[in-house]
Amino acid sequence: MTETLTLAKIKQAFGASLIEAHSQLGHDTVVISKSAILDVARMLKTDPELQYNYLMDLTAVDYWKRNPRFEVVYHLYSLANNQRLRVKAPLGGNEPEIDSLTSLWAGANWFEREVYDMFGIRFKGHPDLRRILLYPEFEGHPLRKDYPITKRQPLIGPKV
Amino acid sequence: MASTETISKTMFLNIGPSHPAMHGTVRIAVELDGEIIRSADVEIGYLHRAFEKHCESGSYTQCFPYTDRLNYVSPLINNFGFAAAVEKLMGIEVPERCNYIRVIMSEISRICDHLTSIGASAMELGAFSVFLYMIKAREWLWELVEEVTGARLTVSYGRVGGVKGDLTEGFAERCRPTLQKVRSVLKEVDDLLTHNRIFYDRMKGVGFIAQEDAIEHGITGPFLRASGVAYDVRKASPYFVYDRMNFDIPVGENGDNFDRYLVRMEEMEQSIRIVEQALDTIPEGPTNVDPEGRVIEPSVMADLGKIGKTLGLLTNEVLIEPTLQGSEKRLHAAVYTASKQARIPPKEQVYSNIEALMNHFKVVMYGHGIRPPKGEVYYAVEGANGELGFYIVSDGTDKPWRVRCRPPCFPIMAALGKILIGSQLADIVPTFGSVNMIGGELDR
Repeated sequence: MTETLTLAKIKQAFGASLIEAHSQLGHDTVVISKSAILDVARMLKTDPELQYNYLMDLTAVDYWKRNPRFEVVYHLYSLANNQRLRVKAPLGGNEPEIDSLTSLWAGANWFEREVYDMFGIRFKGHPDLRRILLYPEFEGHPLRKDYPITKRQPLIGPKV
Repeated sequence: MASTETISKTMFLNIGPSHPAMHGTVRIAVELDGEIIRSADVEIGYLHRAFEKHCESGSYTQCFPYTDRLNYVSPLINNFGFAAAVEKLMGIEVPERCNYIRVIMSEISRICDHLTSIGASAMELGAFSVFLYMIKAREWLWELVEEVTGARLTVSYGRVGGVKGDLTEGFAERCRPTLQKVRSVLKEVDDLLTHNRIFYDRMKGVGFIAQEDAIEHGITGPFLRASGVAYDVRKASPYFVYDRMNFDIPVGENGDNFDRYLVRMEEMEQSIRIVEQALDTIPEGPTNVDPEGRVIEPSVMADLGKIGKTLGLLTNEVLIEPTLQGSEKRLHAAVYTASKQARIPPKEQVYSNIEALMNHFKVVMYGHGIRPPKGEVYYAVEGANGELGFYIVSDGTDKPWRVRCRPPCFPIMAALGKILIGSQLADIVPTFGSVNMIGGELDR
């Protein structure tokens, strides 16, 4: 079975970085420490038996009062095996930072920009990390749970 | 004395954010060397409405109107995608008829989306009549959508555990001829465009993307299939009842604008096939005729219930018109899940017995509502532009902790800048048209 194969391979190669591995609602999930993300992703993409060649989605979740506070969530898909895998990497601290996957998938570029824009998570090695949906003068990162939904932003443009 | 020395430098040009040839608000800043594009920077976000933040502040049911506004040309697919994600998280099943309805309405939406995409593209290349024909066809389909959902665009037809109401009486009889009419429009458009010298020359070989590049960028949908990869969520991991439908996945060869046009044209034909099969095989709902032919006004029914005359309400088939259409018991059972966690009971029950009334309030009240167990889910459906995924994290309360929408045209727009490099300035218009950018889902 490919599901167990994926998990077994990760366990074998990155046992020390693996925090948790489980399958919820038929979706394999691995939680790994953030320092290993680039190596794990490279292995998943290039391993001839796994071939997770698609980075379908990249996002983050703010668990707020939990420690570590953030989690970057990657959804991978293997076209050859028709398999999906969720990889999560917990991030803590006030200045969360994780390695960028732009060297592996060109599609990671905009996804990472969006996560930076919305959560303020920095991606090390990203070629062009700037806001994407919001404008440069925007203050704060709105998808963080401590950003109030009613917060108003200062007006931009020429003063009248 | 005049100098004969020529100065060679590139020119910077802004296209958009508000340009007649941009369907949607987006800015492309290009660097031009003569007519050749040397670099292109795509800037998005003009239509950002904080979809994901808003979803976190309301209940699950309150998210549906927001999902309408993601891809506003095919809102039904977004509705069902979100509903299916929550259903998977809660582990509830929906009735078979409901799944068929979802397939029928999704495919009608897909046709609408492709009609809009090709029509607008053709108009920008000068084929204005094609635009008019296709919008006319879309209008017929939107009439069907309006008949079932009550709205043309802001449908909010999906529900966690079902759909708002059953198909209207005689829907199949009206739908089949409409599909035939759409077919004839497609034939007409095919005659006008496919062998049209101007259209062909503007589309062929323009906006090329290789298979590997498309996969690297995470591109899905017709844009990917035109490059020769037969990936379609409906086939790869069938949802609803797509596994019972007989349809093909059209695949292109060249990965250029022309192939994307051909793929979309063929997909519409396949969608029509799916709708026709679904209409043939949809399991019968309850009969739509009251045995005694009685029609009771909702107010009359409520009054009867208040004074305790509930026996008649429970035994008779009553038709509630018009505001509560589809909420009657006999229709309700066919389109709504049996799980009490998510089901709003039929109105006759609510008006006539205390259990149903409590159940109703348990589902709609603030702080109670639909409460999936703690956990997370990613659920993908095939949107009109590609894989539309919803990633939902639940903390066990009635509000989602996090809703993430994977917008299908986001990766395509990310790749657009690269696709444009090396092509002519005038090629931006057909290439951008073939992306079928929908600002609502792109910027959320």
